Amino acid sequence: MKTVEKPAQAGTLESGDILVVVAPATGAQDDIAIELQSLVMAQYGDAIRETIASTMRTQGVTRAVVQATDRGALDCTIRARVLTALARGGVGLEEGAISWNA
Amino acid sequence: MKNSLGRMLPETVAGFGAVKPFAGAFATTPSGVRKAPRQKTVLPKANKLVDNLEEVFRRIPVRDGMTLSFHHHFRNGDGVVNQVLAVAAKLGLRDLTIALSSVFPVHAPMVELMKSGVVTGLDTDYMSGPVAEAVSQGVLAKPVIFRTHGGRARAIECGDLAVDVAFIAAPAADDYGNINGVQGETACGSLGYAFPDAEYAEVVVAVTDNLQPYPLHPISISQERVDYVVVVDKIGDPKGIVSGTTQITKDPVGLKIAANAAKVIQAAGLIRDGFSFQTGAGGASLATAHFVRKMMKAANVTGSFALGGITGYLVSMLEEGLFRNLIDVQGFDLEAIRSIRDNPRHLEVGAGMYASPFNAGCAVNKLDVVILGATEIDTAFNVNVVTGSDGKIMGGSGGHSDAAAGASVTIVVANLLRGRLPIIVDNVLTVTTPGETVDVLVTERGIAVNPLRPELKEKLVTAGLPVRDIAELKALAEKMAGAPKAPPQGEKIVALVEYRDGTIIDVVRQYKACE
Repeated sequence: MKTVEKPAQAGTLESGDILVVVAPATGAQDDIAIELQSLVMAQYGDAIRETIASTMRTQGVTRAVVQATDRGALDCTIRARVLTALARGGVGLEEGAISWNA
Repeated sequence: MKNSLGRMLPETVAGFGAVKPFAGAFATTPSGVRKAPRQKTVLPKANKLVDNLEEVFRRIPVRDGMTLSFHHHFRNGDGVVNQVLAVAAKLGLRDLTIALSSVFPVHAPMVELMKSGVVTGLDTDYMSGPVAEAVSQGVLAKPVIFRTHGGRARAIECGDLAVDVAFIAAPAADDYGNINGVQGETACGSLGYAFPDAEYAEVVVAVTDNLQPYPLHPISISQERVDYVVVVDKIGDPKGIVSGTTQITKDPVGLKIAANAAKVIQAAGLIRDGFSFQTGAGGASLATAHFVRKMMKAANVTGSFALGGITGYLVSMLEEGLFRNLIDVQGFDLEAIRSIRDNPRHLEVGAGMYASPFNAGCAVNKLDVVILGATEIDTAFNVNVVTGSDGKIMGGSGGHSDAAAGASVTIVVANLLRGRLPIIVDNVLTVTTPGETVDVLVTERGIAVNPLRPELKEKLVTAGLPVRDIAELKALAEKMAGAPKAPPQGEKIVALVEYRDGTIIDVVRQYKACE
């Protein structure tokens, strides 16, 4: 299991992008706590949370705080932003984390 | 009950009456007669000029429960509606219905008057901004009536929309009530949407900030129908009324869609002498005119007319001889105003001639092609331009349904994805324009043809255009974006969407935030 060492962010607030901020889990927290804002919350809110959480789990991160501000990003963009934020936050990414075919 | 598109409708609606369900774009025919306003007389030497709006209210007199009508040529620069409603509030009037052909953000003060009961009814063809937001949240007890531009003319003509007092925002007026839209600081061009109001309202008031000596020339709305003339400081803000110039989009996706839409027109064999055309002012719609212009020049053809809301781009096509005439119900920019003022080939027409389905023929019937937008389109080609993806009201038909019904080829142009949201859905949230009147959808990833038009599809395929099944385009979008969940909706009906023939095509329910 890996942990986020320090707060880090990736992405922008441009249309079609998502700004992802990751931070170390606090206290007894034992999950990935996601605070999400999205223009398409009604249609894709659950899907975005799931994409963020599953991307983190595949990197072995199961405890963290995430703030995400979505501007209609596609799943591939969300995954890219989450991976970059994790790397910047001190999480060593798994071999093959970046799939160029996804 | 359900209408012919399967939409659930109430049998009756308080404040509206029995609901007539939509039965098909041309299934409902008229059986009534036109309504006529009372006869009047004005004696020689009588004076129609009144000092201020308050005095007009007293003279008429405006009473609780009346319907006051307004036109929207001033768009987001309108100053008349707010001034008139402020007087209504000051005089303690209640329960007014506002029949304003389109509502814009500038009309935000109306929200407070809805909350306080001064305004309890709204009848319109389009709305955006704070009023749309408040209506979506359920501020009114009675549902708003959404009409089309042609349907509003029809409703006024037959008395479905009985106007007690029409307030006409007049860029130029004389003291005997002659009005035009082409002179003065607040010139807006055509006054077409005000024509039915002026013709059928019981009382007509000209509100102007540009009083000219009698007789005004030219005359768009005549003294015969105008009872009072009021001069106020300002009737609007020219910056909100027109844009300087309307630009062709630089967005490469929009340009690709526009180029393909033009190719559809060409493949349909319509780039020929006598070609007639309508398009909007926005994004890919206007850009389509740009590509059509090139094709017309290359083929050396002269079109008959361009119709609808007129932009400088269409004016330049008129001046180059690509169209013989412009038929103008609303001008969008300074060039459109200059042209309708100076060029006799540029015609000002009312909403009835433009698009009313129940007269002896409206101009949209003579269209070869119309280019329209969509918020959503479903696999049966039904189009929503009333509600956004969250279920909130953000528009309205305007002339969308009218032009779609009239034109030989109706083309909807839209990005396959808007943000993350696919434009093609199984069932649009709010049907505005029925699929039977929509022929082609052009996206950046392919072109879908309504199965009701196999001969058209054949022509596009033969021309080598990227024709796909609409379900295939929908799947393509969902592969990229995922399938969206439907937004939650409240129970209360906040608006009825009336088709141009007076039947109800759908309802809009109260907005509900997602959990």
